[in-house]
This record gives sequence, structure tokens and C-alpha cells, in this order.
Amino acid sequence: MSVNQPTGAEGRPARAGRPSLARRLTPARRGPAPVGHARETGDRRLGYLLVAPVVILLLAITAYPLIYNIWNAFHFENLSYGGLPHKFVGWANFTAMFESPQWVAALERTLVFTAVTIAFDMVVGMALALMMHRRFRGRGFLRASILVPWAMPTVVSALLWKTMFDPGAGFVDYILGAFHPAWSSLSWLGISVWRSWVAIFIADSWKNIPFVAILLLAGLQVIPNDVYEAARIDGASWWQSFTRVTLPLLRPAISVALIFRTLQALLVFDVIYIMSGGGPGNSTETLSYLVYNTFIINTNIGLGGAMSIMLVVLALAVSFIYVRAFRPQTA
Amino acid sequence: MTSAVADDLPVPVAKHRAARRRRRLSAGKVVKETLFYLAVVIVVLIALFPFYWILRTSLLFNSQVAAGVGGANGIIPSHLSGVAYGNVFSQASFLRPLVNSIIVALATTAVTIVVASMAGYALARLRIRGTGAILGFILLAGFFPVLAMIGPLFLVLRYLGALNSIYPLIIVYLVYTLPISTWLLKNFFEQIPAELEDAALVDGATQLQVLRKVVIPVAVPAVFTAAILSFILAWNDFAFAVSFLTSTNHFTAPLAITTFGQSQFQTYYNLIDAAVVIISIPIALLVLFAQRRIVSGLTAGSFR
Repeated sequence: MSVNQPTGAEGRPARAGRPSLARRLTPARRGPAPVGHARETGDRRLGYLLVAPVVILLLAITAYPLIYNIWNAFHFENLSYGGLPHKFVGWANFTAMFESPQWVAALERTLVFTAVTIAFDMVVGMALALMMHRRFRGRGFLRASILVPWAMPTVVSALLWKTMFDPGAGFVDYILGAFHPAWSSLSWLGISVWRSWVAIFIADSWKNIPFVAILLLAGLQVIPNDVYEAARIDGASWWQSFTRVTLPLLRPAISVALIFRTLQALLVFDVIYIMSGGGPGNSTETLSYLVYNTFIINTNIGLGGAMSIMLVVLALAVSFIYVRAFRPQTA
Repeated sequence: MTSAVADDLPVPVAKHRAARRRRRLSAGKVVKETLFYLAVVIVVLIALFPFYWILRTSLLFNSQVAAGVGGANGIIPSHLSGVAYGNVFSQASFLRPLVNSIIVALATTAVTIVVASMAGYALARLRIRGTGAILGFILLAGFFPVLAMIGPLFLVLRYLGALNSIYPLIIVYLVYTLPISTWLLKNFFEQIPAELEDAALVDGATQLQVLRKVVIPVAVPAVFTAAILSFILAWNDFAFAVSFLTSTNHFTAPLAITTFGQSQFQTYYNLIDAAVVIISIPIALLVLFAQRRIVSGLTAGSFR
């Protein structure tokens, strides 16, 4: 997905749209004649018409639910669908959420999962990007192989790793058993908390590292070679040129990858639902999973609304922090 | 890794370097190269071996799955059969969900292309006030937490009596596809030389005609990229489907698979994995044939 850095930072496009014909042909054409002006307003009117569907659709799918959630969170205290009696309940749902051990535990879990995932995915993704950047025979094949896991539905990655980790049918179990008999027939999902997390973590990273790698690769490709050449002539070692040249110039790519991965990890749902269903017990429930459980399964629309709003707040906070931290220094 | 640097030099220089490198191929270099290729092989194995494993599992009988890995059912089993694939369609009636998914993904893609091309063109070329704000909002919508939309949309669909139908998904999935497609197409339209359009305008075409007859034909590659990405994103959804759909014949394929192969006593991984292989195939083909497009689409305009 495309993220235009300066846009994020300053709310303006890096490159303004091309001037319309009327503007481009001035001053030769415009003069006192109103034609240019009329054309420009015409252009503009057409422009609004063309942009309207995107804006309306996206508002309907995102802003409307947000407002609805806010209303619900302040008006429903009971387990009920809308339409049933409701009254203004103030911050009751938010208080309930913050005091719920289940929610606090899910928050902690989600934050730890996010931190570990990002650290791991960024390091491995960088290594893969450097690998794909190098020119060698079979590079196209390497790129395609790395891209395939990313393009798969989460259902595929989750069920695939569920198969791999199965105590009976799984390869992981088989290979571990080959090393040590005591390591076989381990139940990875459903009994041990940390083993469940390992399985989820691997399935999630396997699918998402490729995305980080592709973004970083694109960043590597726009770094001009003479910079490296200069570093080499100055006698920089590989590590020096990596830390002093590559990393700083890769800042925009790194920031994009970081934002995407952080938000994805913070909102992780599919892989949890499919692999562990939040279990054993509640031990792999994340914030998103809890929203699903509260809203859709328990039909608690007040509390579910409050939890949804917290998700939005978290996502906004993270984006804001990253945009701030990675604001272009020279701009 | 210094060679990574030299590799992108102009051809003659690179050739010269390569020749020099070949002449002075020291033992250390050989070891380095070997290690590099070893790492590549490991990466490819980690990426692709799990696919072999589900393919292998999908070709087993129930009894072989139950027996566990080893012996005649080792990494390369001695007996294979396509029985699970038959069962996916006969017992689990996977055909209906598969058709549902295809309908939804194609329809989402079609709507996305129309809406995103219009908006992308307007944002790139027509001087609208607030272009920056609109682009920022579209980007933000792409980051909006999916699970935060699900509850209210569920209530709305329930109110409209549209729960448990695949058609609302076509609209809802736009939140996945519109942000990336609009940005991608906007970036592409900006790069089309303005002279093309000017010529048409001078010839008396209206802006809308210019868009239809000049810009869209030139933009086919970018539109194609946006379409591939949209299809993948719509095909891959799980969260909306699991929240809105309740009966099997309205399921999308990814949702249907999660209900397969579970019994009280055994998980029939051959059945599950057969279905997983089936829904992986269209995506795998897209990636293999359009790898370059996907990569350029994912990264278009990211760092400018």
C-alpha cells in the first residue's frame, strides 16, 4: 500500500496534482477571457464528482461505525441488540472495560505480541530484503517464493501451520521427535500457553515478514549506487556502509514497514481465531479477538463499542507516534 | 556483501569487476558464496516447504492421517490418493463457498477499479480543493481497525435484514481495496505525460472523454495491478465473513474451510488441507504470473 510520507506528516501531497489544462496554458491563453476560469471551475466540479464515491463509501464503512460505536458505548449497559430500551449510561462501559481483568490481560498480551513481532519481523525482513537485492542467479525465484506466503489468505497460513504443528499429522512434531523422543506428540495448540503463542507467532511471521521484506527491498532499490561507491572508496566496511549509509537512507521505507506491521500486529485477529480460538482458556485472546467475542458472540454492544473505540484510539496513537518520529528531517 | 554494491554498476564496469573477481576467487570468497546460497535455499525451503506439506497431507487417506507421520507415511508417503479432494466437494459441499468467494472478489474488484480510477484521476489532475486532506483521509481509512467496524456494520446489516448474505461484503471489502487502489492509480496518473491529454482537449474532447478514451487506455497496466491487489485482498478476508455470515451455503471459501474436517475424535487434515490447497491455487497463480506487478503495486509511491 502506498504511503506518501510528506502527506502523513504535513497533510499535503508531496507533489501537488498537475495543474489543469487551463492553468498550464496560462498566461498565453487566459488573459482577460473568462474561458480559462470557467474551464477551471468545470474541472473542479467534475473533480468533486469523481472523488465523491470514494469518500462517501469510505466514510460509510469507517466513520459511520465509529460514531455508532460512540453512541452505543454511552447508551447500552446490558447484553442486548439495539432497539431494546436504552438510556444514557455515561462512562460505565469504559469503566467496566478498564476494570475488566480479561481486557487488561488482552491489552498486555497484544502489546507484548506486537513488540516481539515487530522486532523479529523487521530484522528478518531486512535480511531478506538484502538477500533479494543482491544480483544472483535465481533471484526471481527467490522473490516469488517469498511473495507467495504474503499473498495467501490468513486462513491458509493459519491452517497450514496448524497442520505443521499437529501432534499427529505435523512436520514440526515429526522432526522434533526425530531429534528427541520426548519432543514428539507435543500438543502445540490448546494446552500449553507458550507453545500456542509460538505456533501463532510463527504462522503470523511467516505470512507477514515477506511484506516487510518487499517494502524494504523497494527502499533499497531507490538508493543510488554512487553513495555506496563513495563509502567504499572512503574505506567503509560492509557493516559501516550498512549502518551509516543504508539504514539512514532507508528511513522512509522502514517507517512505512513499521507502521503497517505495528498496526497489523496490534489488530491481530484471523490467525488467533483460526489457530487457537483465544485458548487455552483466554490465554491467547487479543484486543481484536475480545471485541469480536464481546460484540458478535455475546452481543454486548455497549462494552463492545467501548472496546472498538479503544482499538481506534490505539491505532491512531501508533500512527501518530510513527509519523512524528519519522517526519522528514530536511523538509 | 560489497558485491551487492558493485552489481548495479554500469555493465562494462560490472563486467570488468566480475572478471577480476573471478580471477581472484579466494577460498574465503568461495565460502562466502556458498553460505549465501545456503541461506537462499533455507529461506526458499521455509517459504515453500509448508505448501508441500499440506499438498502431501491432502493426498492421504483418513487412516494415514490418523496414523501420524512416519514409516510408509513419511515425508514422502508411499500411497497417495485424491479422495480428500472428492470429499471436499461431495461431503463438505465446498463448491458453493468457492463460487461465493469468486463472486464477491470479482465484484469488489470491479467496483474498486471504477471508483478508484475516477478518484485517482481527479486527485492527480483536476485541481480540487483539499486534495491533501482527501488523500490523507483515504490513507487513514486504510489503517482503520477492521474489528472496530464490525459491530456497528453487523447491527446495520441485521436491521436491513442483510446479514448472512454475500452481497454486503462487496461494499464492506472496499475498505481493504479502495485506499491502496486509489493511491496507486493517483500516483500512476500523475506520471502520464500531460501532453497526451492536452492534445485531446485541444481537439475538443471533454475532460470525461479524455479520461475514458485517452487516460484509461494508457493506464491499463496500473489498473491491472490495482485489480490484482484488490482481488487478493477481497479473496483473503476472514474477519467480516466470520462476523456476518451464519449459514454454510452463504459462507465464503476461507470461512467454510474453518468448519471442515472437525470431528470429536479426529481432525481430518487431509480434508482441510485439500480445501486449503484449492483456495491457494488462484492466489499462487496470480503471484507467479504477476510477481513484478504486485511488487511494484505494493511499493508504488511509498517513498516519494
